[in-house]
Amino acid sequence: MATFFGEVVVAPSRAGLDEEEEAREETPEDREIRREIEKKREIDVLWTWRSGGCAEEPLVCSRFIVAIGRNAAAFLSSFILDSVCWEVVGVVKLWNEWCRTSSTTNVLPTDSFCLFYRLISDPTVLLCQCSCYVAEDQQFQWLEKVFGSMQKKGLQVTILSTCPVADYKTQESTLTLVSPFLRALKTKEFQEQVCCPLLEQPNIVRDLPAA
Amino acid sequence: MFVPCDRGGGSAAPDFKGFTLLMPAVSVGNVGQLAIDLVISTLDMTKVGYFYTDCLVPMVGNNPYATAEENSTELSINAEVYSLPSEKLVVLQIRSPFIKNKYRPFCETLLSWVKSSKCARVVLLSSSHAYQRDDEQLLGTPLRYLLTPDLEKAVGGRMKELNWKEMERVAAYPGISDTDKILHIPGGGITKLLFTESCSEGIQMAVLLKFCSEGDNIPDAFVLVNYLNEWLQLIKSEVNSSSQWKIPSSWRLLFGNGLPPALF
Repeated sequence: MATFFGEVVVAPSRAGLDEEEEAREETPEDREIRREIEKKREIDVLWTWRSGGCAEEPLVCSRFIVAIGRNAAAFLSSFILDSVCWEVVGVVKLWNEWCRTSSTTNVLPTDSFCLFYRLISDPTVLLCQCSCYVAEDQQFQWLEKVFGSMQKKGLQVTILSTCPVADYKTQESTLTLVSPFLRALKTKEFQEQVCCPLLEQPNIVRDLPAA
Repeated sequence: MFVPCDRGGGSAAPDFKGFTLLMPAVSVGNVGQLAIDLVISTLDMTKVGYFYTDCLVPMVGNNPYATAEENSTELSINAEVYSLPSEKLVVLQIRSPFIKNKYRPFCETLLSWVKSSKCARVVLLSSSHAYQRDDEQLLGTPLRYLLTPDLEKAVGGRMKELNWKEMERVAAYPGISDTDKILHIPGGGITKLLFTESCSEGIQMAVLLKFCSEGDNIPDAFVLVNYLNEWLQLIKSEVNSSSQWKIPSSWRLLFGNGLPPALF
């Protein structure tokens, strides 16, 4: 779809449904295929601090920092993580059309991975580096499985993510903006000082950070 | 599915018994959703809760109906419920598309919520591809309505007084004259599914839709919301004009940012 000045804006099917998808009834074979694909796209969250077979007590967590995307994950690797203060406590295993992660915790920076670390001096501080892409249909699952393992009372969650400057909606042109720059979204329960301006309308956040 | 907002003071969950539920279908041009934005913004409706669902693509932003610095920092997500008890109106706004294969579970959960919250009727705002109209539909009004049998008994007469046009049924196999007529709403998203399910479950539902194409759909939204207003009289106006409706602040910059000065 072209805008007033010929700049092309991607406008994916807003009807939200494929015509074929709507018209066709699902046969038993279709159902079976769909179930197989769903099983293949299931997410496994493996916590290394839990030995198999013991009761699934929730992880006590006071602060949870999640870095989503390669840039945010690299930020944590460069400035926060080290092998002295942090230990790996979990990994997410998933597959989708864009990437596959494995259950190994020994990863290279160029791999797609999703690892959880715990601060050795304060084991209630948890950190997640998620450099892999979590697809739309997996985001809710990721959320439920990760947060489902935690005791959420008094939990403070910080999400770090990046977006292209070209996606930022502003009255001026993005060409004249000084980038990179920070913006934040916060729930009303978050009472502390935020270190940067809040995200202005009509900008939005989508995908896993939004979930 | 429905999670009420915590308004503090231990207030009970909102009661929607006997209310009219107004909601959009995610459809061509997003016209239903734009029209709902106009309703929420103009009537200054209060958010009373949201849907916790895995059926819609996640998104979050700051309050799209912000009018000042003070009210601009409330978070807003993909499926939220607003209410205006004085008009017995509850509005659902949907802000993102369905995840593949999830539209059916969403429809089922939605209709069961409608029944459990005892809403009197549902009004669905939608749209359909203008290019799929037949020769007769090309002439005259681009607006159509549909009523489930239960609602037909209650308000069918009012539609006739308003001189509204019912959505035509088309031949199941075009070109072959001797076939059953079916309902076909191309580009209407979940409209047809919700309507047919409501018919079979005895839910009172009205569908109001406009034929349109993708592009600048703001004028289409105004036409649709004025159409709705002819019936529900949400705002009192002698002449249905666009200036009666308040455009929300989130409609800014729909077509891209400002231009780089270096262009000229």
